[in-house]
Amino acid sequence: MTRRITRLDRGGRLIDRARDITFCFDGRRIPAHPGDTLASALLGAGHVLQGRSFKYHRPRGPVAAGAEEPNALVTLGGRARMEPDLRTTTTEAFDGAEARSQNRWPGLGLDLLAINDRLSAFMPAGFYYKTFMAGRSWEKLFEPIIRRSAGLGPAPTEADPDSYEQAYAFADVIIVGGGVAGLAAALEHGRAGARVWVLEQTPHWGGRAVVDAEADGATIDGLAPEAWVKAALAELEALPNVTLRTRMLAAGLHDHAHLIALESVADTTPGADLPRQRLWRMRAGKVIVAAGALERPLSFPGNDRPGVMLASAVRDYIVNWAVSPGKRIVILTNNDDAYRTALVALDAGIAIPAILDLRKTPNGPLVQAVRDRGVRILPGHSIAKVLGSKQVKGIALCRHESRGEAWLERIPCDAVAMSGGWSPTVHLWSHCGGKLAWDTEAAFFAPDPDKPPLGADGKAMAQCVGAAAGALRLDACLASAMSAAPQVETPAEEPIQPVWVTPAEAGPHLRAKMWLDFQNDVKVSDIQLAAREGYQSVEHAKRYTTLGMATDQGKLSNINGLAILSQALDQPIPATGTTTFRPPYTPIGFGAIAGEARGEIFQPLRRTAMDAWHEDQGAHWEPVGQWRRPYCYPGKAEPHSAAIEREVLAVRNSVGMLDASTLGKIIVKGPDAGRFLDMIYTNMMSTLAVGKCRYGLMCSENGFLMDDGVVARLSEDTWLCHTTTGGAEAIHAHMEDWLQCEWWDWKVWTANVTEAYAQVAVAGPNARKVLEALGGVDVSREALPHMSWTAGPLGGFDARIYRISFSGELGFEIAVPTSQGMALWSRLLEAGKAFDIRPYGTEALHVLRAEKGFIMIGDETDGTVIPQDLGLNWALSKKKADFLGKRAHQRSFMASPDRWKLVGLESLDGSVIPECAIAPAPGENANRQRNTQGRITSSYYSPTLKRGIAMGLVHNGPDRMGEEIIFNADGKEVTARIVSPVFYDPKGEKLDV
Amino acid sequence: MLRLTCPHCGVTAEETELTPGGEAHLRRAGPDATDAEFESYLFARKNPKGVVFERWRHAHGCGKWFIAARHSVSWQVFGTYPAQTTEPPADLIETIRAAIPTWEGWQ
Repeated sequence: MTRRITRLDRGGRLIDRARDITFCFDGRRIPAHPGDTLASALLGAGHVLQGRSFKYHRPRGPVAAGAEEPNALVTLGGRARMEPDLRTTTTEAFDGAEARSQNRWPGLGLDLLAINDRLSAFMPAGFYYKTFMAGRSWEKLFEPIIRRSAGLGPAPTEADPDSYEQAYAFADVIIVGGGVAGLAAALEHGRAGARVWVLEQTPHWGGRAVVDAEADGATIDGLAPEAWVKAALAELEALPNVTLRTRMLAAGLHDHAHLIALESVADTTPGADLPRQRLWRMRAGKVIVAAGALERPLSFPGNDRPGVMLASAVRDYIVNWAVSPGKRIVILTNNDDAYRTALVALDAGIAIPAILDLRKTPNGPLVQAVRDRGVRILPGHSIAKVLGSKQVKGIALCRHESRGEAWLERIPCDAVAMSGGWSPTVHLWSHCGGKLAWDTEAAFFAPDPDKPPLGADGKAMAQCVGAAAGALRLDACLASAMSAAPQVETPAEEPIQPVWVTPAEAGPHLRAKMWLDFQNDVKVSDIQLAAREGYQSVEHAKRYTTLGMATDQGKLSNINGLAILSQALDQPIPATGTTTFRPPYTPIGFGAIAGEARGEIFQPLRRTAMDAWHEDQGAHWEPVGQWRRPYCYPGKAEPHSAAIEREVLAVRNSVGMLDASTLGKIIVKGPDAGRFLDMIYTNMMSTLAVGKCRYGLMCSENGFLMDDGVVARLSEDTWLCHTTTGGAEAIHAHMEDWLQCEWWDWKVWTANVTEAYAQVAVAGPNARKVLEALGGVDVSREALPHMSWTAGPLGGFDARIYRISFSGELGFEIAVPTSQGMALWSRLLEAGKAFDIRPYGTEALHVLRAEKGFIMIGDETDGTVIPQDLGLNWALSKKKADFLGKRAHQRSFMASPDRWKLVGLESLDGSVIPECAIAPAPGENANRQRNTQGRITSSYYSPTLKRGIAMGLVHNGPDRMGEEIIFNADGKEVTARIVSPVFYDPKGEKLDV
Repeated sequence: MLRLTCPHCGVTAEETELTPGGEAHLRRAGPDATDAEFESYLFARKNPKGVVFERWRHAHGCGKWFIAARHSVSWQVFGTYPAQTTEPPADLIETIRAAIPTWEGWQ
């Protein structure tokens, strides 16, 4: 690679020449100054080649100097701090930074995958679609190759060690962009007393105007723009109602002026004790978009060679960072602005061998100024070819109005500056529905002030000012931002001549060398091919060709691409329209989006009153809803299966205790509470006697089973509804929905008291003896029969005792205020010692209920199962005129007897059938998939029966008792017999003791 | 992210404080409904490109349900009112008509 140190001797308004720093690029040490970007320092060290293109691996250098950069992408940082796809043009250089080039193998200079470039004729637009639609075998052959050779930087594989913060802000006016237009708007609103935020994405204020004035000597109120900016900042900083922020990117504008912004806090000091980035969620009365404009490339053969750059970028590098992409720069333009680049280049001692102006008679003051300095200006001329491969070596001159085949002359040069005109940065305006209008004279889409994005009040919530509004000239720019605009002196400019392809009559061969989208390797010829193949909508053409995709989202390519598409379709540009502008403006890392919601605080953890005891006992935890519950209590070196077996047998043989505090508990109270519960539950709850409990089912209006649980009638007008652990909040919300929105005249109140009570299930043949050992209320068979409850002192606790069972054994659930939960738990353990009481976890609970044939919401149900499928017809009231789900159950397919229904399943060999097993049936369905006749819903090893037991939904299952069917899981077959789902104590004798 | 004002507690809430509940002013079809009526109640939604009446619950606030009338394209909010009603308030209907003379009405 040619290496020339191109740091200029003078200038560089943003760099601190007094200080030296170094960073690494592909292992080489690169000297830099504070204030450099990676791109400016690399150019300063002679490294124009900074990346490889996505598809063809063509060598690429930076084409821009800011956020719009498509080519110069690097991976920054190592291992866990690695971040891919960062633009060198916006990444600040810092001492010790490590950057690596991407999408090349083995290296950036010698990339063997560049063979793709030679094959480019075989990889036109739609290559991926055409390849992958050809069939599965092609996919197998091509996919690994394409995955390796096409792409951006690799994702990091280790957890990010940095912290990220999220913050909120509210303002009357948020101004996006800290150029002269943004600062003028800030003065306007700040002086008026509004709460103003000004966000600038770069570390510097002033934007383009301060750079351009170096060329054209423009003044604001008689001051150089740099001095005017300084004065404006001084005034704004003194206003307490104005907040100024640099390094803060406004990424997206959303509904009702909700702005997302990313602030870089410590990107250049990795490891510092600061959040690396801060993601802001801002709410504004109004958003003023002063985001400037983006220069467009020109489409000419070889326009992607390293060293071909936007004219404004060349100007920025010279003025801001004192670096130049070359010592001899040819300029190709269709407007006057590029002449500013010639002027700053000449001032910096850089040669301009020629300016090729696509217009026939350019003659504005800027043109004249350049001509006066003896520069050769060639109107109506263009570039037929860029000479050189990894670095520009010269250009072949031709007439613009030609096929580009006749070379008039070779002009040696080492860089080309191009300008195809400017496009206002309308992204934020468009994110939330602001419309655009095509300005034929200026050749750009500008915000249509009559069709702004609206706020909640129906009024405009965004406004564009300055270049973002299409006011490119400095005087118009400031006038658009401020009512009392300052006096501006700036040279006049002649109109742009829109040119979308040059040379104008270039044939297919040259059009295949004209890049539109540098990042995605989309050329003029690809868009024309897409149009020929029928992709006439701009959105379709985008997806077919990948124009405007990936990290730069077509900031440079979109307007040129849709102009080419319009030409191919022979329609005006506004008829083609733009693709949708979507947030974020530039990529945001996942770290900032996740913020602090990671690891232990990803979501809240709910703990019961006995949580610490479970922890002490070495419980293995299971997340249920946002709670954690003991899954089992394994002893030292005891496998979980052994612990579960021990816990199940403790309940069956003596007594066990379970922390049931997480079960949902909802109080429903009021004169109409019974009537209300009759609508919510499928069974009759209004007739439940005070002191009694009833197992109830809830269906959605669609008829599907939602939740279940035991309901206790506490008093004449009060019911307590138990729900599943995960369902408590949702069921409470469901009840409130119906109460507030349908039966709002019913006198009913609900309260979710789940966390107010700690609840302990004591189950097993010795359960009553444990309670009696505590002493207190009568819990005898006569005083407290199955499915009833009582309240009173128990071992000194103020307790409510429900005689209910989810295990099939004699069972009590004891509820006390949460503050008493741990004390009750300890007393029960103490009192149970004589009976060798054991705590049991959720898995033993599951096994116990499955042995008994009790269903579990979420196992036997999945949102498509109705109570009738589970043999729960007994819980569907026939007396009630109405309940939620009743009408749905009358639908023909739900009333049909021909459904998959719950049965027990016993493997013939006694093994545990895999939970994912499916029972195939003969034949195929309409999608040519194998027919099925059943599936497993729960499957366990039963310690009680010493064999595998399962429940499942089987086609017409209850009518097929004793039949053997084959289940299939992961290719293995298990034959199972259809049996009753109640494996244990079918007569319920154990319960009623 | 929308901002809506809860008519019960007066708080102007971020969308993250609210739970959506779909189209408002549906008429429940009970056990006597025909299949067509029940299907329409359960599944058919107007989803207009224009003025929508939506149920929202101030779930992380006062817990109350309300109805918002807003424009599905421009996001303009015409008003909010408690859900305990079978039809939008007359003054709100007037407000919408004034803003959109061609509005076809809420039914």
